Amino acid sequence: MATQILRKSKTLIQKNQLFLLGSVVNKSTFSPPTFQSGVNPFVKCHHVSLLVNNPASLFSFSRFESTKAEAQLNLQNYVSEDEDNNQGIDFPGGKVAFTSEMRFISDSDHKRVPCYRVLDDNGEIMKFSNYVEVNKEMAVKMYSNMVTLQTMDIIFYEVQRQGRISFYLTSAGEEAVNIASAAALAFDDIILPQYREPGVLLWRGFTLQQFADQCFGNTSDFGRGRQMPIHYGSNKHNYFTVSSPIATQLPQAVGAAYSLKMEGKSACAVTYCGDGSTSEGDFHAALNFAAVMEAPVIFICRNNGWAISTPVEEQFRSDGVVVKGQAYGIKSIRVDGNDALAVYSAVHTAREMAIREKRPVLIEALTYRVGHHSTSDDSTKYRPNDEIEYWKMARNPVNKFKRWVERNGWWSDKDEIEVRSSVRKQLLEAIKLAEKEQKPPLEDMFNDVYDQLPSNLKEQERQLRETISKHPKDYPSDVPL
Amino acid sequence: MSSNCVKRFGGRWVSLVSHRGFSTSSEQGLKSLNLFSAINQALHIALDTDPRAYVFGEDVSFGGVFRCTTGLADRFGKSRVFNTPLCEQGIVGFGIGLAAMGNRAIAEIQFADYIYPAFDQIVNEAAKFRYRSGNQFNCGGLTIRAPYGAVGHGGHYHSQSPEAFFCHVPGIKVVIPRSPRQAKGLLLSCIRDPNPVVFFEPKWLYRLAVEEVPEDEYMLPLSEAEVVRQGSDITLVGWGAQLAIMEQACLDAEKEGISCELIDLKTLIPWDKETVEASVKKTGRLLISHEAPVTGGFGAEISASIVERCFSRLEAPVARVCGLDTPFPLVFEPFYMPNKNKILDAIKSTTEY
Ligand SMILES: Cc1ncc(C[n+]2csc(CCOP(=O)(O)OP(=O)(O)O)c2C)c(N)n1
Ligand SMILES: [Mg+2]
Repeated sequence: MATQILRKSKTLIQKNQLFLLGSVVNKSTFSPPTFQSGVNPFVKCHHVSLLVNNPASLFSFSRFESTKAEAQLNLQNYVSEDEDNNQGIDFPGGKVAFTSEMRFISDSDHKRVPCYRVLDDNGEIMKFSNYVEVNKEMAVKMYSNMVTLQTMDIIFYEVQRQGRISFYLTSAGEEAVNIASAAALAFDDIILPQYREPGVLLWRGFTLQQFADQCFGNTSDFGRGRQMPIHYGSNKHNYFTVSSPIATQLPQAVGAAYSLKMEGKSACAVTYCGDGSTSEGDFHAALNFAAVMEAPVIFICRNNGWAISTPVEEQFRSDGVVVKGQAYGIKSIRVDGNDALAVYSAVHTAREMAIREKRPVLIEALTYRVGHHSTSDDSTKYRPNDEIEYWKMARNPVNKFKRWVERNGWWSDKDEIEVRSSVRKQLLEAIKLAEKEQKPPLEDMFNDVYDQLPSNLKEQERQLRETISKHPKDYPSDVPL
Repeated sequence: MSSNCVKRFGGRWVSLVSHRGFSTSSEQGLKSLNLFSAINQALHIALDTDPRAYVFGEDVSFGGVFRCTTGLADRFGKSRVFNTPLCEQGIVGFGIGLAAMGNRAIAEIQFADYIYPAFDQIVNEAAKFRYRSGNQFNCGGLTIRAPYGAVGHGGHYHSQSPEAFFCHVPGIKVVIPRSPRQAKGLLLSCIRDPNPVVFFEPKWLYRLAVEEVPEDEYMLPLSEAEVVRQGSDITLVGWGAQLAIMEQACLDAEKEGISCELIDLKTLIPWDKETVEASVKKTGRLLISHEAPVTGGFGAEISASIVERCFSRLEAPVARVCGLDTPFPLVFEPFYMPNKNKILDAIKSTTEY
């Protein structure tokens, strides 16, 4: 809603200044990219357009024409004519002005919150855009990771179709949110993922072999084969283990962030969720907790248009997710999730704010789930093919980033062929090994329920072993006893 | 992560799958249906016979991830059959309000594993709505459907059998069908019962169990257990998908000269103690089997009640063959499950006691 308020005059920022952003963010009065303020100074005169004939509507202009820095935006500067601050009430939480006008805050703005982007559709940097610089080495690594993620999805999906793994779910269409957000973070930042962010783990160095081992649930899987495929997790990579229940990771991330703050760490917690997740109670609990606890946590919502078969119009009637932050007192921004540079800049800047200012930030990345929800789903049943095609081709985040990297002369056709074929080769090898590798031993069924095996589990293990020796054919032979 | 059937790795235990369907005899006016289609028929009838009936939940508009709500939105319109936002507490809370206004609210929770965000609404609200208001208000029109149980590849969060949690809550009913015919008749009874009901559907059987199902409307009584197989040596009690496994064990036991009586409890609360009691008084032995972890499972309640009532008639300790006390483990699923031979061994040791 109020993002426009903060839209600054383009002349305020020179491109070359912005390259330094990592360090100047907080010294400058505004942060590029612009985050919607967490505290809304406009609540009272916010949606006056409802009352067209009312003189108060004159004041709506301020929302769109302000070139003032965020720090200067406060109640005093933006009272409407009839609002009398001296007549306000000292209400717990801060002074509230009175008004004689009966005005309902509008349900939504006429104009949707704009989407921050850096690259245009051709993969060229937009004029006047402010962004955090990405150098050659970083850009090439980002692009190669996107390609790796793509290849991983194609091959694992196929392996599932062949019945060699029981389930799979791709990140197709969301490669930029995955990789660029990961690239903008530091390794010490703690990740609490949903399930469509394996690219973050990939970026952190989880190997193709480790991905394969988890999907095959073999003895090298950190999760000991207990969870379905794609439920990755790695303590070494500061990546909490994926859990299927939607949105549960969000309030947990606030607790993790609070711990980082208490330990005085220069790190934040970063948690991901989908558009569907924002409907769960846990999402709202998390945002509110984060604001109240002043926790350095970044919420990255991948708004990919769909929650299985449910389109966003049936998920919420707000202007997407970005506007929800403000109601909780959280700075928020909407970015083009298919623009790797925009995602990188927004996350990089959000990280600085979260850690330095000890506060949460909400990022809504507009993207699209190009694949089916999972291997259990057929999305042609509920969404038009041309919609999928449009996002797959015209808005493809990997191709777009590639155009930019190529334009810089950092990437050639030869590089492309090399990376794709080498990743493919590595993956097939990893899959071969993962498939051959033994399943975790039977005792791993009982381990980790608690720190130590309690007596009921000891007894059950003993009974189970007796049963197995009586009826060995009832049990899969690939699980070592 | 909805789970339709997916090929699973090799292994002999897979062969159990094809035997899981539990069938009853065929008659005329019947149609061969699988379980999800039987549920779908019941929902059609519920919406058709009561203009104040509604069906809603995550992804129900396009037919649901298990196809149970196929065709309903087209036939009855988007205001009676609709997608909800992804929020289980919202789904149940909304359903309670709708039911409290005199409607039939048929809510779908996509997987029983995801019913926990709605636990407060079910336990503190739905279950106590009538009691706390001195019957001024009730939400008896509420039925919560949820697919439950193992499916071969569901891991922690697409396999759970959470029925015992709800059996601990006075004020709601818990019903679980074993087959398509049962599902249709029981679901219609639940929808029309003047109490809030949690109806767990055995998702492993959605496609696998096929049975002759009467085309027309019919209802099966709640809180009535059914003796699906007569016997004299031991009583077996179960529900849902587990019934088919227990039946195989009964058949194998018979070959060894042990006569088993098999009871489908169908309604877990309030449950039909009398039928179980009468059977145990006859056989002198009791075995209970469920997929949920043994500790604190509903089998414990049945065992305690029957020991209270039949202590002097029991010739052996009550046996429980259940899921183990671990989270539901993906690769260890065949070990975790209360399979046929585990039941058969328990039948033998109980009768030989
Ligand atoms: C509590 C809970 N309810 C329902 C589900 C079933 N489910 C799995 S994914 C999903 C949709 C999630 O959509 P979204 O958050 O938009 O993420 P996306 O899949 O689009 O990445 C649903 C309903 C679940 N996993 N957890
Ligand atoms: Mg989504």
